[in-house]
Amino acid sequence: MIIPDDYLQTFVVECKELLEQMEESLLVIEKDPTNPDIINAIFRAAHTIKGSAGLFGLEFIVEFTHTAESVLDRARSGEIVINSNLTALFIAVHDHLATLVEHVVEGSTPSTETTDFGKRLTAQLEVYLGKEIKEVSFPPVQKLNVSEQSSTGDQVGADHWHLSLRFGTDVFRNGMDPFSFVRHLSKLGTIVQLVTIIDAIPSAEEMDPESCYLGFEISFRSEASKTDIDNVFNFVRSDCEIHILPPNSKISEYQKLIQELPEQEMRLGELLVNCGTLTPDELKRVLQVQSEISTDEPQRPIGEVLVEQQMVSPPVVEAALKKQEQVREHKKAEANLIRVDADKLDELINLVGELIIAGAGTSLIAQKAGMADLMESTATLSRLVEEVRDSALALRMVQIGATFNRFQRVVRDVSKELGKEINLVISGAETELDKTVVEKIGDPLTHLVRNSMDHGIEPAEVRIARGKPVKGTLKLNAYHDAGSIVIEVTDDGGGLNKAKILSKAIERGLVDENANLSDKEIYNLIFEAGFSTADAISNLSGRGVGMDVVRSNIQALRGRIELDSVEGQGSTIRIRLPLTLAIIDGFMVGVGDTTFVVPLDMVVECIELRAWASDEGDGQYLNLRGEVLPYRRLRDYFDTKGEVVRRENVVVVRYGEHKAGLVVDKLMGEFQTVIKPLGQLFKGEKGIGGFTILGNGEVALIVDVPGLMTQIEHEKDSRE
Amino acid sequence: MPKKKEQGNHLAIEGEFTIYTVGELKEQILGALLANDEFEMDLSAVEEFDAAGLQLLIMTKKGASALNRKFRLTGCSAAVLSLLDLSGLASFFGDSLTYAKSKEAIA
Repeated sequence: MIIPDDYLQTFVVECKELLEQMEESLLVIEKDPTNPDIINAIFRAAHTIKGSAGLFGLEFIVEFTHTAESVLDRARSGEIVINSNLTALFIAVHDHLATLVEHVVEGSTPSTETTDFGKRLTAQLEVYLGKEIKEVSFPPVQKLNVSEQSSTGDQVGADHWHLSLRFGTDVFRNGMDPFSFVRHLSKLGTIVQLVTIIDAIPSAEEMDPESCYLGFEISFRSEASKTDIDNVFNFVRSDCEIHILPPNSKISEYQKLIQELPEQEMRLGELLVNCGTLTPDELKRVLQVQSEISTDEPQRPIGEVLVEQQMVSPPVVEAALKKQEQVREHKKAEANLIRVDADKLDELINLVGELIIAGAGTSLIAQKAGMADLMESTATLSRLVEEVRDSALALRMVQIGATFNRFQRVVRDVSKELGKEINLVISGAETELDKTVVEKIGDPLTHLVRNSMDHGIEPAEVRIARGKPVKGTLKLNAYHDAGSIVIEVTDDGGGLNKAKILSKAIERGLVDENANLSDKEIYNLIFEAGFSTADAISNLSGRGVGMDVVRSNIQALRGRIELDSVEGQGSTIRIRLPLTLAIIDGFMVGVGDTTFVVPLDMVVECIELRAWASDEGDGQYLNLRGEVLPYRRLRDYFDTKGEVVRRENVVVVRYGEHKAGLVVDKLMGEFQTVIKPLGQLFKGEKGIGGFTILGNGEVALIVDVPGLMTQIEHEKDSRE
Repeated sequence: MPKKKEQGNHLAIEGEFTIYTVGELKEQILGALLANDEFEMDLSAVEEFDAAGLQLLIMTKKGASALNRKFRLTGCSAAVLSLLDLSGLASFFGDSLTYAKSKEAIA
């Protein structure tokens, strides 16, 4: 069958988008296995892929997706619970689908290997469907079968321990605090949810404040053995009713638990749902079996009461579900998007740039002509042009969140590969930056993240020995600062070993043996070419290629990279990038006959050289209100000709943590600047970042503040 | 013995609010609950707070609603908040806490 190319293209783009959504949902569902929205999202993705593939006659996709869809459909109706096994399986399904879609792109048919892999996955999926056949053949009308099935094979989906504690009245008098056990417990693992049972506290008059009436229901995630968990309660054993249920216990065990505990069963059921131990559906099954057992007894009313309680359960279930939803508001806002070709956007930005230049020309003419009406009109016009510029640029701005979220998967996979437990914490996901920058930051960021996981975060044994939580934490953060976006990759690992880096650097001849380097300078040596301090070279990183490539990638985006580290506590890598590559707000200054533009975001203040700041004599530093400020005369720096003025001004600029003063002749005010790149000839020039065309047709150079500052630092070093 | 300032329907507890002091405090709280329509407690100076203290606080809240009294917490120290958080009972006291805040805002 011949498919028109653009339709196929649309299909592929759509599939990739759906697969991305599917992956995102799969990663979230591990944390929230019952959320119907997430299950629906996964189902919809599979369903749509199957449907569109069918339209194009791509039988191999349809066939494979069909089984997955059926399993998901069962999950959607609550017949099966999505546990971690099933999630892992679906991630494999997702990956396989991605491979199949790639084949569509290439126009090839899958190899036998791929097909076999698909068949194996299908077989695994069918296990989840096989159960359906069994259950249909034993319809729930046959009470005995149902209860027997639940007591033999029916497991609960939640993969955490469940602890029920009811403390005896003398616990306080024996000098113990129930919460101390909770704190102790949290050292063995993670407390997912803790509910304090206060039902047993008597009325105010009757209560003895020195008796304990408390109890806990705890859902607890841990690798520890049952004995280890049990041992936590050694001191309180005689005084406390303790029930410990391992992960994925059978429904029948929960029934037993509910019967043994003192509270009413509906209340208990609610608590178990609150703890996340049972899903509402599982609770229903527990209670259903309970009520069926009761009907065996001669007294009908009890059965009826229980059935009535069944009637009560839907709102309980609903309430519990609602709460879960509120807690995790992971719902994606319904996307209302138009797909636009990136080239068209670039063209628009380019035109807006020309418009700005033309507008500046017009207002200059208006000023010369001295026509008040025309000047007013051009003022309005330039305000509008400015707004058009901003919204045109905003079109290109995307949130960094999507890029960050991709790392959920990277961290998941790599931590499995390395056998380390690592948690990814994302913040500042809503920070926006230019799309081209986002596209180019992905690879360096992946490298940094992998590097932090491989070398930064220590193996579990080392972490325990150092008294750190077993689970390592990796943080991705983004924020805006002084016209740049800052992206941070932070780990709580071992940090960098200063001595080791220094000796290696000396060995490789990167620094002089007697060089006196600050901590920061030492850390930043790792970005030099051919540098690796890792003792072992692993599959992932440590080959010494990398950090220097990362740095040159970042520098190509007019950005900077730096590293902070505390030995034994972890490191932070900070990437600083310009928000956009095309248009900036500039501050125009004049030196002699030449005009320069300083990016406005970096300008802190302007002062008159003689009135406010005094030269400390060596012509290198100013005393700015008691602060030492390195400064340069742009006239000297760029060797500019022209008349010398009497009153010079200092423009104080800031980039990152550095401040510097630039001495200029004239301050000429704000100006919208379209950055035009300089030709190849000027590639080596560090102090100039580009040029722009002024309204009168003249060319102004744009000062590259970061470049200039490095230059100043270098001069300082070479003098010392 | 805990220091406290008592002003009819206002009870400020300072220092320990633990098993060592609950015996005495219970009598005061109960007395104040019975005598007043509105009752407030200030826990902002509590340095130690344990399960027994928490339990007494729960009793106060429950007792107040049983007796149809208005009860609010005008302040909680970090020790109190951290245990409320750990026990998952912060929402149980939620309305008393927010009420305390809005009251402050008006005043």
